[in-house]
Amino acid sequence: MRHILSILVENEAGALSRISGLFSARGYNIESLTVAPTEDATMSRMTIVTIGSDDVVEQITKQLNKLVEVVKVVDLTEGNHIERELMLVKVRASGKDREEMKRLADIFRGRILDVTDKSYTIELTGTGSKLDAFITAIEPGVILETVRTGASGIGRGERILRI
Amino acid sequence: MELTGAEIVVRCLKDEGVEYVFGYPGGAVLNIYDEIFKQDAVKHVLVRHEQGAVHAADGYSRSSRKVGVALVTSGPGVTNAVTGIATAYMDSVPMVVLTGQVPTHAIGQDAFQECDTVGITRPCVKHNFLVKDVKDLATTIKKAFYLAASGRPGPVLVDIPKDVTQASTEYSYPKTVSLRSYNPVTKGHLGQIKKAVQLLLDAKRPMIYAGGGVILNDAAPQLTRLTRLLGFPCTNTLMGLGAFPGTDPQFTGMLGMHGTYESNMAMQHCDVLIAIGARFDDRVIGDPAHFSRGDRRIIHIDIDPSSISKRVKVDVPIVGYVADVLDEMIRQIENSPQRPDAAALKAWWADIKEWQRKDCLKYDRKSDLIKPQMVIEKLYAITKGDAIITSDVGQHQMWAAQYYRFDKPRRWINSGGLGTMGFGLPAAMGAQMANPDATVACVTGEASIQMCIQELSTCKQYHLPIKVVNLNNRYMGMVRQWQEFFYGNRYAESYMDALPDFVKLAEAYGHVGLRIEKPGDIDGALAEAFKLKERTVFLDFMTDQTENVFPMVPGGKGLTEMILAEEL
Repeated sequence: MRHILSILVENEAGALSRISGLFSARGYNIESLTVAPTEDATMSRMTIVTIGSDDVVEQITKQLNKLVEVVKVVDLTEGNHIERELMLVKVRASGKDREEMKRLADIFRGRILDVTDKSYTIELTGTGSKLDAFITAIEPGVILETVRTGASGIGRGERILRI
Repeated sequence: MELTGAEIVVRCLKDEGVEYVFGYPGGAVLNIYDEIFKQDAVKHVLVRHEQGAVHAADGYSRSSRKVGVALVTSGPGVTNAVTGIATAYMDSVPMVVLTGQVPTHAIGQDAFQECDTVGITRPCVKHNFLVKDVKDLATTIKKAFYLAASGRPGPVLVDIPKDVTQASTEYSYPKTVSLRSYNPVTKGHLGQIKKAVQLLLDAKRPMIYAGGGVILNDAAPQLTRLTRLLGFPCTNTLMGLGAFPGTDPQFTGMLGMHGTYESNMAMQHCDVLIAIGARFDDRVIGDPAHFSRGDRRIIHIDIDPSSISKRVKVDVPIVGYVADVLDEMIRQIENSPQRPDAAALKAWWADIKEWQRKDCLKYDRKSDLIKPQMVIEKLYAITKGDAIITSDVGQHQMWAAQYYRFDKPRRWINSGGLGTMGFGLPAAMGAQMANPDATVACVTGEASIQMCIQELSTCKQYHLPIKVVNLNNRYMGMVRQWQEFFYGNRYAESYMDALPDFVKLAEAYGHVGLRIEKPGDIDGALAEAFKLKERTVFLDFMTDQTENVFPMVPGGKGLTEMILAEEL
């Protein structure tokens, strides 16, 4: 099953490699990983999407907690949560495709950030599956480049992760 | 007054109460060595290889319950130390390793004797630090000692660039430190303990399975009290030997791959199992799927939550210091009106006695060749079971574990997790340093001993009267045993050709060497060796080449699928 782990970690050199090293050393999957400092500059927040049985994810959580620089770990998928990912896509946009591409971006509530006479760069946010849906909706030959951030997540309502 | 980084390092060690530092100098740590030279409070032990330094610090720690300290230089000093660090990590030994590093401005420049120490050691330390500013040095060293000894202990490394040892700052050593990200759960959950006690009191076929965690947490008295209070059988892991007295009638012997028949059978057939400071290691329970077929409830006490339900699902997890949890358990049992089910226990002990009748540790006592088991039994007799025994890795290690009956904790020192050949001799040095009046023997084999044999020189320099008991079968015995059982007797590269004359070698290092070739000479040689209280003695026992370790659970098999000596 897919799990989203939110991790508060000391904003120190080497913390990221400790965490990614743990995943590779113990053979756990990383689907995606994002990290940036929080409002408290001494701490970073990381979102890791991983796939594993409940037993494996329990072990991952325990092993993460064991790392000295990890302050807190929460499995967001245990409760209600919001998940968002950002994607930038550069697509070919010329001739009859140009109008169609604009329409498609509108349907997916994408924004066109950059325009040349041959291409659009579109910004899309949503769950991973929404971004996947956009990719499948357009012809593969039209895509020039994509970049995705991986998921970020936050608990719904009163579910708060802080120290 | 301002102190240099090098002065601070030595002052920190002194203020931490460190007695010995095991190390080897080199370019990046010269400033620190210069400060060591100028004082007497912290004594330095010069080894002959950095691996030996870390193993010695390890043996020092295991035999004394203090934090071991090693000091090595950058680059090759560090890479040589890695085996020792990984050994300590696998066995949760509290240790601080100080490493020199090239100056901060040279880091990343492929400088002479540079390596990414923090990167290389990251997977085999509890934590590590690179100190980039002398102002952080004292606090970092304090943190290292705190982390090493608290929670689940382990090695912590502090990497110190040379310019940091030159720079100056005001010195103050913090009395305590706290890290907001590090708060191990140390007190067991009372509700869980209550549940566990109820399970124990209701048990019909209970089993106590105790490991190295009991020794690390100094909980042997509590374990012994609990076991006697309940009247249950108790087994110890390789790491746990001495946690419960080896000569006690309630002790069923070590369990696992080379454990006793009765312990392994009881593990599989019990209805309530309490695991205490043990981690269901593959060498202990064999195939977890086979093990899980047993219909039993499991209680697991451990300081490390990640050790719980890692390989085997447990019913009552209790996270906390073993000693405290056992104290609470004993209190609750004593206050309970309920007593263990005497009739059920009687029947269960009858089963165990039946298994014991197999006499799984019997061997040919009338052989014309020296049986390695006999050497260990005679070693046990002459040291009255009260020596500190270190070992290397292989058959000799298993025989020492099986035939030397450890009644006290911290008397059996071996590399259980990583299985590091070369561990025994330097670990014995550390143990002898920590316990100058104790009898220390290193049980080894002719293959293992050669992996750190240079430390015989350290033994000479510091007058360490260690007795090296070399069970010399001219084979890498455990490798040969596996090749005999599982590889059609094809002894690929396991024969030890061109062995040195160990007697002459010992003499060359300035020690006494004895070669023993007949069973009748074992007693005399041991008596002679142990009479030499001031000398290192190398006893080279020429043992039966074909002897194997029994019982044996082949790798990947179930715990009860044992090969016994008589079955071959």
